[in-house]
Amino acid sequence: MTELLAPNPRQRDDSRGLEATLAWRRGALAIELDIALPVRGITALFGPSGAGKTSCLRAIAGLDRGSNGTVSLGHEVWQDSAQRLFVPSHRRRLGYVTQEANLFVHRSVSGNLDYGYRRAGRPKHIDRDALIDQFGLRPLLGRRVDALSGGERQRVAIVRALLSDPSLLLFDEPLSALDTTARSDLLGQLETLHAALAVPMIYVSHAIDEVARLADHLVLLDAGRVVAQGPLQATLTRLDLPAALAEAVGAVIEGTVVGHDAHDHLTELAFAGGTLLIPRRGDVVGQRLRCRIGARDVVLTHERQSGSSALNQLRARVVAMAGADHPSQCLVQLDAGGSVLLARITQRSWHALALAPGSEVWAQVKAVALGT
Amino acid sequence: MPLLSTQDLQAFGLTLRLAATVTAVLLLLGTPLAWWLAQTRSRWQRPIAVVVALPLVLPPTVLGFYLLLLLGPHGAVGRLIAAMGWSALPFTFGGLVVASVVYSLPFVVQPLLNAFEAIGARPLEVAACLRASPLDRFFSVACPMALPGFITAAVLGFAHTMGEFGVVLMIGGNIPGKTRVLSMRIFDHVEAGEYLQAHTLSLCLLVFSFAALLAMSLLRPRRQERD
Repeated sequence: MTELLAPNPRQRDDSRGLEATLAWRRGALAIELDIALPVRGITALFGPSGAGKTSCLRAIAGLDRGSNGTVSLGHEVWQDSAQRLFVPSHRRRLGYVTQEANLFVHRSVSGNLDYGYRRAGRPKHIDRDALIDQFGLRPLLGRRVDALSGGERQRVAIVRALLSDPSLLLFDEPLSALDTTARSDLLGQLETLHAALAVPMIYVSHAIDEVARLADHLVLLDAGRVVAQGPLQATLTRLDLPAALAEAVGAVIEGTVVGHDAHDHLTELAFAGGTLLIPRRGDVVGQRLRCRIGARDVVLTHERQSGSSALNQLRARVVAMAGADHPSQCLVQLDAGGSVLLARITQRSWHALALAPGSEVWAQVKAVALGT
Repeated sequence: MPLLSTQDLQAFGLTLRLAATVTAVLLLLGTPLAWWLAQTRSRWQRPIAVVVALPLVLPPTVLGFYLLLLLGPHGAVGRLIAAMGWSALPFTFGGLVVASVVYSLPFVVQPLLNAFEAIGARPLEVAACLRASPLDRFFSVACPMALPGFITAAVLGFAHTMGEFGVVLMIGGNIPGKTRVLSMRIFDHVEAGEYLQAHTLSLCLLVFSFAALLAMSLLRPRRQERD
């Protein structure tokens, strides 16, 4: 987390990111949002469908006025219901990207891109041409937007938002309406964007793989309430998350690419707890890369196995255990050389292996489970 | 004898001038009114929408009668106008314009309202998040997206004003060169038994109305394609 808190030249305020304490009702659902986000980096707002993620984003953007409470970004107060203060959306400097690109049909691609750019006063510190090239929009500039593919539309929407010189980016499931290829392309572009991003972003998603690859910070939402928030790795390996999030829990390892096996199409990733072999993603040596190890995909053994098809075996120590959502299972928190791992195993295995906090084990992970 | 007499041509010119003026005034008044009706959550929205729609169902003579009372020397508006030193409206071109604006209002407001409502909240929210103020959103998003609605509104407003009779008769009288419009001229011809002249003028109106509606229906499928 800390290495991402590099000083940000554009933010007048230094230490305070978005802070929101809001309460409102959406139909039968009572939503209570209480979050404090870092000044920089991507915060994922994650939770099952119907948890109120989009509602939260709209409330932060000031698009729905029904909420009560306060919202501020740095020293700028956007909403303070007690003071009857409410800054309208167009003065909040937002970059809002939704699931459907919502491009203006009466404007060309460049007309769409320049809509916010012009209103922001064509700021000098925004390199319009570089952004257009980075997202491959140059050949599309003169086109009508209804002639674009889903992926192209979404790229236009993202660059349109970036060009408007936002102080906060709000991305609401920008990939969920795309087909697999377009989704994986754009996810890669968002990873690149992440590295260069000078403003904070809230990224709503119900796909844990997107969250694992993009987010630094995590806010878990369930039934309208924040159930956990904190740095991504630490939050996703907590043992006390509600059952609705059971599929999402697991470790996110950030490592450096140290080599490729061209013959077997594998990439070797070095991290604090050792090295991992993962299916080749086409990354260059030296690049930082993230990889999610789902709790379900980890097998625990006492000895290092020689006759196993699992390519990855990591030395780890049991830290803690907690019951899982199903009575037959438990979640085991492990420490692998400083990296936290999570394994979901049966209660029976826990007892059969006579595990306890402090036990030394080997964690086996199939490379197949580590992304495509 | 020429097909159209000087008086006929005079009536023709007056009618076109009236329709053009009324259409311009209606677009200026109807656009903010329709926008307000489309956006507001006020409890006055429905009553006001009904008032705007009233001329659709009221007999034109009833409307003309009330307008005559209202604009006449003893009416509220008439007295106000007199107090401001302007000349009275009834039996003048200005009176015709006012009456026609009221009478044709729903034909302009309704298509505009439909067009504004069809845009939905989303494009306007997107514009707001791209820093466009409410007025900016109206001109840069709502108006261009509602363009087909503006065309429909203008054609309907113009055509409807061209053909009106009852209101014009009540408020304008039938003064040659001043308030004698085409429909009135046709009435005069028929009364005088001049069927050929009545035919000619009627056919002109018929062809015009047909052309206007055809032009509108040709514009429609294009709008659907765009959506």
